[in-house]
Amino acid sequence: MPFNILVLSCLTYVAFLFLVAFVAERRSGRGTLDFLRSPLIYTLSLSIYCTAWTFYGAVGYAARSGLEFVTIYLGPTLVFVGWWWVLRKLVRIGRQQRVTSIADLISARFGKSNTLGVIVTIIAVVSATPYIALQLQSVTLSFGVFASDSPDGWSLPDHASTGAWVAAGLALFTILFGTRNLDANEQHHGIVMAIAVEAVVKFAALVAVGVFVVWGLSDGPADISAKIAASPIADWDLQPGRWTGLIFLSAAAVICLPRMFQVMVVENADEQHLARASWAFPAYLFGMSLFILPIAVVGLERLPAGANPDMFLLTLPLSEGQGALAMLAFLGGFSSATSMVIVESIALATMLSNHVVMPVWLWLRPASAQRGDLRWIVLLARRLCIAAVLALGYAYYRMSGGSAALAAIGLIAFAGVAQVLPALLGGIFWRGATRTGAAAGLGVGFAIWAYTLFLPSFGPGAVISAEVFAQGPLGLGWLRPQALFGTTGMDPLIHAVFWSLVLNTAAFLIGSLLTFPDPVERMQGAAFVNAFDDEVQTGPLGWTRGQAEPEALLIMAQRILGDDAALSFFEAEAAAQGKQGYLPDPTPDFVAALERRLAGSVGAATAHAMISQLFGRATVTVEDLLAVANETAQIMEYSARLELQQDELSRSARQLREVNEKLTQLSVQKDSFLSQISHELRTPMTSIRAFSEIMTEADLQPAEVAAYGRIIHEEAIRLTRLLDDLLDLTVLENGSVQLNLEMANLGQMIDRALAASCHIRPERSFDIQRTAGSEEVFLKTDADRLVQVFINLLSNARKYCDARDPVLRIVARQKGGRVMVDFIDNGAGIPKESQAVIFEKFARLSDEARAGGAGLGLAICREVMANLGGTITYLPGQRGAAFRVTLPLRLEKREAAGAA
Amino acid sequence: MRRPGTPLFLAKSGYRRRRLHDAARLVPVFGVFLLFLPILWAPGETEARDTASDGIYLFGIWAGLIWAAAVLAPRLRQTTQSDPDLERDGRDRG
Repeated sequence: MPFNILVLSCLTYVAFLFLVAFVAERRSGRGTLDFLRSPLIYTLSLSIYCTAWTFYGAVGYAARSGLEFVTIYLGPTLVFVGWWWVLRKLVRIGRQQRVTSIADLISARFGKSNTLGVIVTIIAVVSATPYIALQLQSVTLSFGVFASDSPDGWSLPDHASTGAWVAAGLALFTILFGTRNLDANEQHHGIVMAIAVEAVVKFAALVAVGVFVVWGLSDGPADISAKIAASPIADWDLQPGRWTGLIFLSAAAVICLPRMFQVMVVENADEQHLARASWAFPAYLFGMSLFILPIAVVGLERLPAGANPDMFLLTLPLSEGQGALAMLAFLGGFSSATSMVIVESIALATMLSNHVVMPVWLWLRPASAQRGDLRWIVLLARRLCIAAVLALGYAYYRMSGGSAALAAIGLIAFAGVAQVLPALLGGIFWRGATRTGAAAGLGVGFAIWAYTLFLPSFGPGAVISAEVFAQGPLGLGWLRPQALFGTTGMDPLIHAVFWSLVLNTAAFLIGSLLTFPDPVERMQGAAFVNAFDDEVQTGPLGWTRGQAEPEALLIMAQRILGDDAALSFFEAEAAAQGKQGYLPDPTPDFVAALERRLAGSVGAATAHAMISQLFGRATVTVEDLLAVANETAQIMEYSARLELQQDELSRSARQLREVNEKLTQLSVQKDSFLSQISHELRTPMTSIRAFSEIMTEADLQPAEVAAYGRIIHEEAIRLTRLLDDLLDLTVLENGSVQLNLEMANLGQMIDRALAASCHIRPERSFDIQRTAGSEEVFLKTDADRLVQVFINLLSNARKYCDARDPVLRIVARQKGGRVMVDFIDNGAGIPKESQAVIFEKFARLSDEARAGGAGLGLAICREVMANLGGTITYLPGQRGAAFRVTLPLRLEKREAAGAA
Repeated sequence: MRRPGTPLFLAKSGYRRRRLHDAARLVPVFGVFLLFLPILWAPGETEARDTASDGIYLFGIWAGLIWAAAVLAPRLRQTTQSDPDLERDGRDRG
C-alpha cells in the first residue's frame, strides 16, 4: 500500500473524528443530549482501557505466554461485575463532590490537602509518560509494518519524525476539544463521542481480523482448537504468582488509571449508566480477547519465525494479501492509541493545572483570586499541560528507542498507578484514614515502585548500576532492587508489585493509626465513607457567615466559571432561598454549594483556598462535629438546633424587614407620584383653561387665536401622552394586551431602537459596541413591543449614564431556546439599595437628569417582557448599569397567554 | 395486628432487595474463586496440552460472570430508582 494512501486515510479518519466531536459539542451546546448521554456511549467510552498496547500487544503476549494475556482483562471484569462494592461508591462520591480527577478525589478526601494532590499527580505523570510513549511507538511501528512489507517498497521517512507528527496532531485535537469548557464537571461531550466511535472501530477491526483468521484461514473453531494443540503454545505455564498478581494489578489499574477515572467518574452523566456498564463493559472486553489466541496461533504458524508477534494483527492480513483488512486493523490500532492519549492527557493536564500550576499561581499572586481573569489562566495552564504531557511522552519515546516488548511497559505503568489504591479504598471505606497516613503510604509505595521496577526497567547500568543490581546498595544484599529482603525467587514485576503495595498499605495503616485528623479532614472523611447517607451530606461546611459580600463572591465566581454560568448559578441559589435577583444571602449552605461548584473547575483544594481568601477560615461548628462523631449528645444537638432555628428566624426577619422597607418606599413613592401626577395633570389643565377663557372673552387677532389654539393643542397632547402611558401600563398589567406575533430580526430591531433613541440628549456621543454575528437571530415575537423595551433601555442609558466617555455594550446571546440581550453602560450603575425598586411604577432615582416621563418606563418594560414570555432584570457586578432582557426564541400564542 | 391473608414478614420486598444487593456483592467473589481455580490444575506441570481446554473454561466462566451481572443490573437499577431510602444500606440491615 503506498505511503500516501496510508497517510491520506489516517488524515481522513482524523477529520471524521473532528467532525464527530464537533457535532457532539454543537448538540450538547443546544441541550439535545439524549443520545450523547446514553449508557451505550458511556460503556463505549470506557473502552479506552483497551489501548494500542492491548490491541497489538495482547496478540504478542498470547504468542509468548499463552493464556496469561487474559489476566489483563479479567481484573477489570471482576471490578465491573462487582460494581456494587467500589465503583458505585466512587461514582456517587465523584458526583457529590464534583471531583475533577483522581488526585482531586484523594486531596478532597483527606481535608482538601494539596500536598496529596501533588503526590498523586506526580505518580500519575511519571507512570503515564512511558505509557504515552508506548502509544506513539505502536503507531510508528504499525506505519513501519506497511513500509517494510509493501511491494511498492516505500520506506518509512523517519521513526522519530513520525512520532513527532503523531504527538503534535494529538496535542492539537486534545487542546481543541479538551479545553473548550473549563468546568471538568461539565464534561467533554465531543471527546467522549469521538472515543466512543473509536471504540467501535477498534472492536470491529479486531473482530474482523479474528473472523478472517477463524473462518478464512482455518475451518472454524474446531480447526482452531486443533491448531492450538499443535502450536508452540499448546501447553501454557500458569505461574500462580503472576496469575493472581496480574489479575489483581489490572483490577487495581482499572480503578486508578487517570484516564479510566476520567471517563468512569468525571464524564459520568448518570449513575444508572454504571449498572449497564457493569456487564456491557466486560462483554466488550470479552469480545476484544476472544480472537486473540486464534490470531496468535495462526500467526505463529503462517508467518516466518522472526516476525514480531506484537504486529501479527497487521502482518497476518498483509501476508495473505488482504490489504483492506490490514488497513482496518491499522485504523483500529490507531484508534486505540489516539483515544488513550487524548483522554490521558486531558486527565493529567487537569491534575497538573489544578494541583500544581494554580496553587503556585495563587501563591505568587495572592490578590488574583479577586482580580484578573483566572478562567483564561486556568485554560492556558491546561493547554500548556496537555502539550507538556505529550512532549514528555515523545521525549521518553525518543530516549527509550522503543525497543522493549509492548506489554512490559504497560504493566510498569499499571503498577505505578496501583500505588494510589490503598489510599483510595482506605479513604472511601475507613473513617480512620488520615492525611499523614495517606501521604506516607503513597510516598513509600511510589519510592519502592521506582526503585524496584521503574528505574530497573531502563536496564542494568542505565540508572541503577549493575553492581547495585547484583550486590545491593552499599553492599547491603537484602536491598537488591529485584530481591528485597532476600526474596530472590520472584518474578521481577510481581516482586515489585508485592513489596510496593504491602509496604504502601502498611505505611498507610500505621500512619493513619498514629496520627490525628483535623476537623475538615474528619468531616470530609464522614462525607466520603457515608456517601449514601443523606444526613451527613447536608451538613454545611461551616463557613463563618456574613463576612463576604455576595457581590464579591459573584465577581470571583465569574472569573472562574464565566459570566453566564456564574450568574445562572447565583440566580438559582437566590431562588432557592426565596429571593429575587442574582445575589443570594451568603449562608453556609450557599457558600458550601459555591465551593463545590468551583471545585468542579479548579479542584477542591484550590476552591477551598480561594473561598478562604474572601471568607476567612472555615470554622467547624458544633453541629458539624456532631455529624462527624455521630454522637447523641442531646443537649448540644438541641442547642445547635436552636442556633439553626435562630439563624433561620433572623434570616426571615431580615427578609421581612427588606420587604417592609420596600413597601414603605413604595408607599412614599406612590404619594409623591400622586402629587406629581396631579401636578402634571394640573399644569396643562391650567394653561388650557386660561387660554380658552381668554379666547372666549376678548376680541382677538386671528394670529393670536392660532397661537393660543396651538398651545391648547400641545398641552392636550401632553395630557393624552401621560394618560396613554398609564393606560398602556394598566392594559399590560391586566394581560389583556393584543400581541402581534411575527418573525423579526434581532439586529434590525436594535437598529430601530438605536435610531429612535438618538434624539435624547443628542449632544452626548455614545460609543456603541455591538457584536454583529450574534444578533443575526430571527425571533418570533411582537417586534414593536420589543423595540419599545429596547428604546426605553437605550434612552435610560443616554439619560443617566454619567461617564465622561460613555460606552454602551449590547451583547446578544442564545442559550437553550432563549435569547438574552444585555445592555451594559459604563456609568456609575444603580446603587444596591435602589436595584429592588427600579422596576416599580413611578420610581425615578434622581431628579438631576430628568428628561420628561413620569417614571413609568421600566415598569412598562417589565410588563411588556412578562407579556412576551420573558424577563428583564438588573445585572449586578458589571461595573456599570446593566440590564438583561431574556425572551423565548419562538413565542407561541398559548405561551403568551400563559405568561400574561 | 396481622390481617388474615397478608404475609407474616411485612417487609418482604425490602428483604428481597437486600438479598439482591448481597447477590451483587457475591458475583465477584465467585468470579475470583472460579478464575483462580486453574492455579490448582498447574497446567505447566501436566503432560496434557491444556491451552485450548483451559481457554474454553476461562472464557466460559467469563461469559457466565457477564450473564450474572446482566441479570442483576436492571433489577439493581430499579431498586435504586424506586427507593432512594435503600441507598443508605451501605451498612447492612438484616
